[in-house]
Amino acid sequence: MAETKSQTPKLDELEKGRWPSFVKEIKTAAQKSPMAADLLGQLELSYNEKIGHWKHGGIVGVMGYGGGVIGRYSDVPDKFPNVSHFHTIRINQPAGWFYTSDALRKLCDIWERHGSGLTNMHGSTGDIIFLGTSTPHLEPIFSELTQAGFDLGGSGSDVRTPSCCVGPARCEWACYDTLALAYDLTMNYQDELHRPAFPYKFKFKMSGCPNDCVASIARADCSIIGTWRDSIQMDKDAVREYADRGMDIRSEVVDNCPAKCMDWDGKELHIDNSYCRRCMHCINIMPKALRPGKDRGAVVLLGSKAPIIEGALLSSVLMPFIKIEAPYRQIKDVIERIWDLWCEEGKNRERIGEFIQRVGLGNFLEAIDVEPVAEMVAHPRENPYVFYEEYFVEDEEEEKK
Amino acid sequence: MAKTVEEVAEAMYNMIKDATGLKKLKATDLTKGIIEMFGDEVDKQICKDAIKQLVNSGRCVYTYFGGSFIELPHKEGAAND
Repeated sequence: MAETKSQTPKLDELEKGRWPSFVKEIKTAAQKSPMAADLLGQLELSYNEKIGHWKHGGIVGVMGYGGGVIGRYSDVPDKFPNVSHFHTIRINQPAGWFYTSDALRKLCDIWERHGSGLTNMHGSTGDIIFLGTSTPHLEPIFSELTQAGFDLGGSGSDVRTPSCCVGPARCEWACYDTLALAYDLTMNYQDELHRPAFPYKFKFKMSGCPNDCVASIARADCSIIGTWRDSIQMDKDAVREYADRGMDIRSEVVDNCPAKCMDWDGKELHIDNSYCRRCMHCINIMPKALRPGKDRGAVVLLGSKAPIIEGALLSSVLMPFIKIEAPYRQIKDVIERIWDLWCEEGKNRERIGEFIQRVGLGNFLEAIDVEPVAEMVAHPRENPYVFYEEYFVEDEEEEKK
Repeated sequence: MAKTVEEVAEAMYNMIKDATGLKKLKATDLTKGIIEMFGDEVDKQICKDAIKQLVNSGRCVYTYFGGSFIELPHKEGAAND
């Protein structure tokens, strides 16, 4: 018997090899879901024609909310009627992505009843992503999700769903309770999350230590990264044990220290903590011997983003060290002042990092009433035409008074 | 005299209606416009409440075109039946 010719020869190539294949997963879903079947067809068409066939945006959402649903329509609905509407739904994930198997079953059941059955667990935003449903199903999905204890996440020009690492729930390095802070910010900024009121998106990401497992320094407008301000805790016997077992402490630890604040004399490790940059390298290499200090808190950074309108930016320091304690007023006060200024002066689709670049860090700090400190300097100045005489004169005049 | 949420919502609705087809307005545009119109009689919180009322009542909807806007409900050209 002749073999039936595949309808998706290009996609089939992506099933080969030992790695997981999204094509395989969509084909499995397609056995039950006509949406998934048409998705394969449209994707094959895109591969053949080298063009995307999705239309994005518009009025798609649930009553009262401005975020959480990302509208998507096929521009070839006559060929693939089952993906004529293929909206994405973002669902606010629990802090640290902890679920019971029962909660996951409920989510999957809702999605199989109302959508394609395809999910991203999780999207790069951190949310649970449901891929592909039609407009009439949006309100029923929302209603069933809320009954199951879930809510939509952020999308558009709003606070995006705050996201954090597993923190103290699973990690020994957590310098503060990332899960508690993510939960608190989510609950406190419900209005800002569901009702877009900003010039553009605003993301919070929380990492418990400088390893920054959620990559907040590259992805969040506000990165809150755990750190400590006293000395690294050291068990000298455990350091010697690493050496006795064959670790070359000089080449693997000391020489890789970015601050060059360590020394190894063959018997004892010395750390000049005043120069330590809290990079975690030595702690990661010798976890049994070294630990973060005891006086723990976080550094708050601002401004990172991926390239969309302008190029990519990394976050830079706003608050070098704060204690992270409920009700987190210190963070909220400064964030709310930043939002006020950004809403007043920000341009359409201008992220906070771009805004700071445009107005200048000095003006920005003055407007949000934060004193400049040395840790905020991201790199040496590039403009040699900066003169300080006027500031010296001002200082002298103030001293005379 | 301070304006009520209903009065601000009505003024916002008129701004959105007048801008329809000409310019998409964001929440920040509406807030700035209302503060310019009423001065000290309004504040940012009342503008926020007015937007909430407009959207919750269904008189206006949030839309997304590269950023989020507030518009009158309409049938989009891009939407498939």
